[in-house]
Amino acid sequence: MTPLLSVRHLRKSYGALAVTDDVSLDVAPGELHAIIGPNGAGKTTLIHQLSGAARSDGGEIRLAGENITRLGMVARVRRGLARSFQITSLLDGFSVLDNVALAVQARSGSSFRFLRPVAGDRRLNGEAMAALDRVGLADRAGRRAGSLSHGEKRQLELAVALATGARLLLLDEPLAGTGPEESARLVGLLRDLKATHTLVLIEHDMAAVFALADRMSVLVYGRVIASGPPDAVRADPAVRAAYLGEEAA
Amino acid sequence: MSAGASLPVARIEAAPPRRPGARIALLLALVALALVPVLASGIGAPFLIVTATRILIFAIAALSLDLVLGYGAMVSFGHAAYVGLGAYAVAILSAHGIHDLLVQSAAALVVCALFALVTGAISLRTRGVYFIMITLAFGQMAFFFMVSLSAYGGDDGVSLDHRSRVLGARLIEGDVALFYLALGVLAVVFVALRLLVASRFGRVLRGIRENAVRMEAIGFPAFPYQLTAYVVAGAIAGLAGVLLANQAEFVSPAYMSWQRSGELIVMVVLGGMGTLVGAVAGAAALIAVEEGLAHFSEHWRLGLGLMLVLLVLLARGGIAGLTARLRGGRAA
Repeated sequence: MTPLLSVRHLRKSYGALAVTDDVSLDVAPGELHAIIGPNGAGKTTLIHQLSGAARSDGGEIRLAGENITRLGMVARVRRGLARSFQITSLLDGFSVLDNVALAVQARSGSSFRFLRPVAGDRRLNGEAMAALDRVGLADRAGRRAGSLSHGEKRQLELAVALATGARLLLLDEPLAGTGPEESARLVGLLRDLKATHTLVLIEHDMAAVFALADRMSVLVYGRVIASGPPDAVRADPAVRAAYLGEEAA
Repeated sequence: MSAGASLPVARIEAAPPRRPGARIALLLALVALALVPVLASGIGAPFLIVTATRILIFAIAALSLDLVLGYGAMVSFGHAAYVGLGAYAVAILSAHGIHDLLVQSAAALVVCALFALVTGAISLRTRGVYFIMITLAFGQMAFFFMVSLSAYGGDDGVSLDHRSRVLGARLIEGDVALFYLALGVLAVVFVALRLLVASRFGRVLRGIRENAVRMEAIGFPAFPYQLTAYVVAGAIAGLAGVLLANQAEFVSPAYMSWQRSGELIVMVVLGGMGTLVGAVAGAAALIAVEEGLAHFSEHWRLGLGLMLVLLVLLARGGIAGLTARLRGGRAA
């Protein structure tokens, strides 16, 4: 099967420091591909490059066969690749519903319409409610996004990513900063998303990663040192030495 | 690209309110304004009609700046240039025998929209302080261009022989008629902006104000939306300029000086950024205070400065935020 996302020899340097160093990986349609690695391994930079927030110095990114290396973030979202943020980034002054409805609006019709009120648009709100329902936030629709709890904001991030209509979601530490209960709920949610979406997941919570991932890549100093199913990666001596260390032994 | 630094916009709510009472309150305000000429004549103070007309005209200009500043998070420091260009559209066309208000207004709209399109497209490549500086620079360019245009008065400006004609008729020769024209334009602009802010476009613009990175990540680049708002605002300010030229029957480069741009910003901030009612209230407050304090002392700006400091420190939502808090509700 052709991979949905294919990355070849991707590079990015800040000065002399190679943050992404010859990274190649494939993500098959429908799989959850986790990217793990110690702090400073270049995971977030890689997500920036994949989402179009940062330019790559070399290499190639293909989405469903199309070369998207030179495309900006907006063009990639339109082609079905959306991201969530490690540090929650929402429209805090907007209602929960409007946060999601804007993502629906972005892919349905021109937004150069100036006179008709948008707040009551049933089609946008309907699709937004469906996304909220899926992440379990339907009862919060009318609340201000800024007033949600941290865990709920993480759920809202997922709802917004879903509402973009993207096939491939890049999730940058969706569990960051959540407590055990919130984290369990989000893991359940990610498992549910797996059924319909291809996911690239960056996450520090190893229990969650091993529970969710179909395949994973281990990033150390900007290089992929191992890639494969979780069991194979867990057994890989280089990974054990470099990353999992004593903890996982 | 977001031009704005993070602004202390009235963040109390993102969408304009849909309270049932709001429409009635606005209608009552309109009726009250419409009675001003009657009352002013009644108390034997017809000069108040002139002051009120100036308030209406600057309210239109402040409204347009609020679209850029309050809703679009773009701190434009050259907005008076559009008022000036609109005024010169009247003066220059009049000098060539074209006195029709509609033709002059159309010319003002086109010239201002084009100037906004070109300078906005360049300015929006910068952010924050640089955006302020570059809009200031473009405003000053327009100012010095008019100063050097000696055929139309240069530095001294140019007097109009008479006010604009409407299809040949002297409809707005009287101050009362001009007042009602200004009120009509203000009402139309206010309603149009109210709709715009709540539309699909307006929601995207407000979203970019809140978080441009997030908006880009869901597929909205800031540039085309901010530029469109900038052009719309420039055109509306041009209309204010057409009215201002007619009110004063005089046009000079001073209309487009950076001090005038600063005054427009003060009006918007004073009234409450990102609230349309606030822009109108800010214009009214500033002009009323100007004329009021000027009676007491030539150092009236000192008093104005104090009021501004207090308002910014104590009531960050401006007049609109203050009245909302006094009512215990949300900003309108």
